[in-house]
Amino acid sequence: MPREGILVDTPYERMTGKQIEEIHKASMEILSDPGLICFSREAAEIFSASGADVTKIKSSDPPACLIKIPEKLVLDAIESTPKTVKLGARNKDNTLVMHGDEPRVYFISGSETNIWLDVDIQTYAKRSDPGIEIRLPEFTPRRGTVADLCNAAHVCEHLETLDGFIRTVNIQDKDITDDNKDVNKFFACLNNTTKHVMAGLTNLDQLDNVVNMASLIAGGKEQLKKNPIISFITCLVKSPLQFVDDTTKTFIEICKRGLPVVASSSPQAGTTAPIKEAGIIAQINAEVLAGITLGQLVNRGTPVMYGSVPVRARMDTLGDSYGSVETSQYNIDCTQMARFYKIPNYSTAGVCDSKVPGQQSSIERLLSDILVTLSGPQYLHCAYGLLDCNSVFCLPQAVLDDAHFQMIKFFLRSPQIDKMEITETLEQIRKVVQTPQKLYISYIRKVMRSGILSSSYPFEGDGKSDNVFLLVYKRMNELLERPVNHIDQTTTSRIFQEIPGLLPRLNIYEQRS
Amino acid sequence: MSEDIIPMLKENVIQGRKTKDDEGIDEELSGTPGVEELTRSALENNIPVKEIITKGLTPGMEVVGEKFNAKEFYIPDMLASAEAVSAGMDILKPLFEASNIETKGRVTMATVRKDIHDIGKSIVATLLRGAGYEVEDLGIDVPTKKIVQYVKEKRPDYLGLSALLTSTMVYMGEIIDALKEAGLRDKVKVIVGGAAVSEEYAREIGADAYCVDGFDAIRTLDGFRKAK
Repeated sequence: MPREGILVDTPYERMTGKQIEEIHKASMEILSDPGLICFSREAAEIFSASGADVTKIKSSDPPACLIKIPEKLVLDAIESTPKTVKLGARNKDNTLVMHGDEPRVYFISGSETNIWLDVDIQTYAKRSDPGIEIRLPEFTPRRGTVADLCNAAHVCEHLETLDGFIRTVNIQDKDITDDNKDVNKFFACLNNTTKHVMAGLTNLDQLDNVVNMASLIAGGKEQLKKNPIISFITCLVKSPLQFVDDTTKTFIEICKRGLPVVASSSPQAGTTAPIKEAGIIAQINAEVLAGITLGQLVNRGTPVMYGSVPVRARMDTLGDSYGSVETSQYNIDCTQMARFYKIPNYSTAGVCDSKVPGQQSSIERLLSDILVTLSGPQYLHCAYGLLDCNSVFCLPQAVLDDAHFQMIKFFLRSPQIDKMEITETLEQIRKVVQTPQKLYISYIRKVMRSGILSSSYPFEGDGKSDNVFLLVYKRMNELLERPVNHIDQTTTSRIFQEIPGLLPRLNIYEQRS
Repeated sequence: MSEDIIPMLKENVIQGRKTKDDEGIDEELSGTPGVEELTRSALENNIPVKEIITKGLTPGMEVVGEKFNAKEFYIPDMLASAEAVSAGMDILKPLFEASNIETKGRVTMATVRKDIHDIGKSIVATLLRGAGYEVEDLGIDVPTKKIVQYVKEKRPDYLGLSALLTSTMVYMGEIIDALKEAGLRDKVKVIVGGAAVSEEYAREIGADAYCVDGFDAIRTLDGFRKAK
C-alpha cells in the first residue's frame, strides 16, 4: 500500500480553463519562437534528429545552438510522458504513487542548502530583576556535513507528515570531493530513512555508482525498476530558455536509465522571467515542456515529472523572494498547467525569506504551505526546515513544519455528512435540549477517542510565555533518540565493497565493531 | 456476585457510565449495569452506604483525577465520571442520616442577573457533585433578591456566582453587598468565577475566593473545609 498523502477533494484553481489554454498557446509559441539556446551538443543532436529546427549560433562561446521545437513534437512528448509515476522506498509502505490528474499531495523535504543552522538554548536574566530568567534559542550557521545529512534524514524518517526525502543539506566535509559527493550523499540519505530519496547529481560520472548502490539496496536492477527507491531532480533549463550543458547531459543519462526524474525550472520573475504572472508562467511552462520533450525523445515513456520552482524577485536586492505571495500564485498556476497535461507535478511551498526560525518564518511558510497544498500538486517540495530562501537548513524548523502539515492535512479531510450522520445528530439534539444543562459534553468522549478531532498545537506553552521553540527542540532530540531502520549489515558490506568513494565512517556496522 | 459490586462500581465511575445505556470508554461494557444500577444492587445486597462511597465511588473518582493529571483523561471524562458519582450519591442521599454520613457541604450556584451563560457553571456544579458536595443550581439570570432570599432560607455553606460578561460581573458585588445588608455575609463563603472575573476583581468586591475552573473550585472548597 502506498502512502496516503492527502487528497484535495476540490483543488483551488487560480486560472480559468481559458487562461490555461492561453498560457499553453503562449508556451508553444515561445518554444518555436524564440525557441531555446542549447549548450548541450547531444541535446541539440537529439532535437535535430527528431525534426526540431536546430541552428548553430555563430558568435556563441561556448558553442551553442538555437532550438525551435515544433508544437507537434511537444504534444507527442506530453502524450508519451507517464501520467502515473511511482516513487519507491526501502520500506514499501512508504511508496508514493502519483497520478497527474489526481490532486493527491505528498509532502517532501528539500532542497540542498549550504548552511546548517546549529541551535543551542541559552538562558538570559532580566537586567532589572536577575531572578527572572528566560530561555531562548541561539542560532549558529556553519557549513553542512554528511553527519548533518544523516541526522536530517533520521529526523525526517520520524516526521509523520513527511512523505519523501529530498536531501536537505550540501555535504561539505573536507574529505568530500566532486568524485565522492554523490555516493556519500545518497548513502547518507538511504541509510537513515526508509522513505523515498530524491537528490540532484553533482558529477555525471557518479550516476552509475549511485544507481548500482540503489540496485544493491532494492535487491537488483529489475527490482530497482519496480521499486525505484531513488529519483533525481535536474534543473536542465536555465531561465530564460537555455539548455545548460552539464545538467542536460545528466538529465539525458538518467532518462536513458529509465529512472524517475524531475525536469525542473526555476525562473525568477523580474530578472530571468517577466515580472508579471502571465509572462513567468508562459515561460516556465515552455521551459519545463522543453525538458519533458527532451526526456521523451531520449527514452519514450521514461517517467519525467513537471518540476516548477518559480519565484519572484525581491525589489530591494533582486534576490529570490520565496516568502512573497506571488511565489505561491506562480506555483499554483504551474500545478494547474501540470494537471492540464496530466503529468505529476513537483511543486514548491514553504520556502521563506526569514533567516531564522520564528514568527516571520512561520507566517511565510504557513501561507504558502496552505495555499499551494490546496491547489493539489502531487509532489510538494515543501522544504521542511528550509530558511533564508534556499540557503539554510534548520532541523528544529523541520519539526515545526511537521506540526503545520498535520494541521493542513487535518483541515483537508473530507466532510463526513451523510444520512446516517444526520439521523444520529438529530437524535442527539433532541435528547440534549431536554436535559437541564443542555450540553453535548456526554457525546464528546467517543468522538474524542476516535481520532476524528484535531489535536491541540503540539508545542503549546504554559500560557505565560511562548515556549514553542523549547518544546520543538526537545521534540527534535526525542526524534534523534528514536532508532532508525538502517540498511542491513550484509547489504551495507556489499555496498562498501562494490561502490567506490564511500566514507568508512558512514558504515555503522564498522563503527560498532 | 455481591463482592463484585464495589469493584464494578469503581470501574464504572472510571468509565463514566451513569446507567447501563451509557457507552463509557471500553466498548465491552455496553449494556452492563452502570453506577445507578450498581448502587441500587449494592443496597439490595446490604452493602453499607459508607462502603459504597469510600470503596466504590470515591476511589473511582480518585483514579479519574489521576488519569486527568496524567493527560490520559480529559474534561469530558471527568464530567462523565462526576455525573455518574452524582447519580450514585442521589440514590444514597436519603440514607445518609441513618448511616451517620455527612456530605462535604452544601453549595448553591447561580449565574448572576442579566447573564444567561452557564456552560462553566454547569461544569463546575457537576465536578463539585462528583467530588462529594451537595449542589443546588439556581440557574441563569438569577435576581440578586432571589439569591439572598435563598441563602437566608436554606443556609448553604458556599455560594458560587458565575458571570461571563464584564457588564454582568458587577452584580456579583451587588449580591455580596446585599448579603451584608441582610446580615448573611459571614454565614456563607462566596466564590466567584467566569471568563470576565479575576482574582483581583474577587478581592475588590469582597468575595472569599476566585476559582479559575471546576478543579480549582474543588481545591478551594476542600481548603475551606480543612480550615474550619
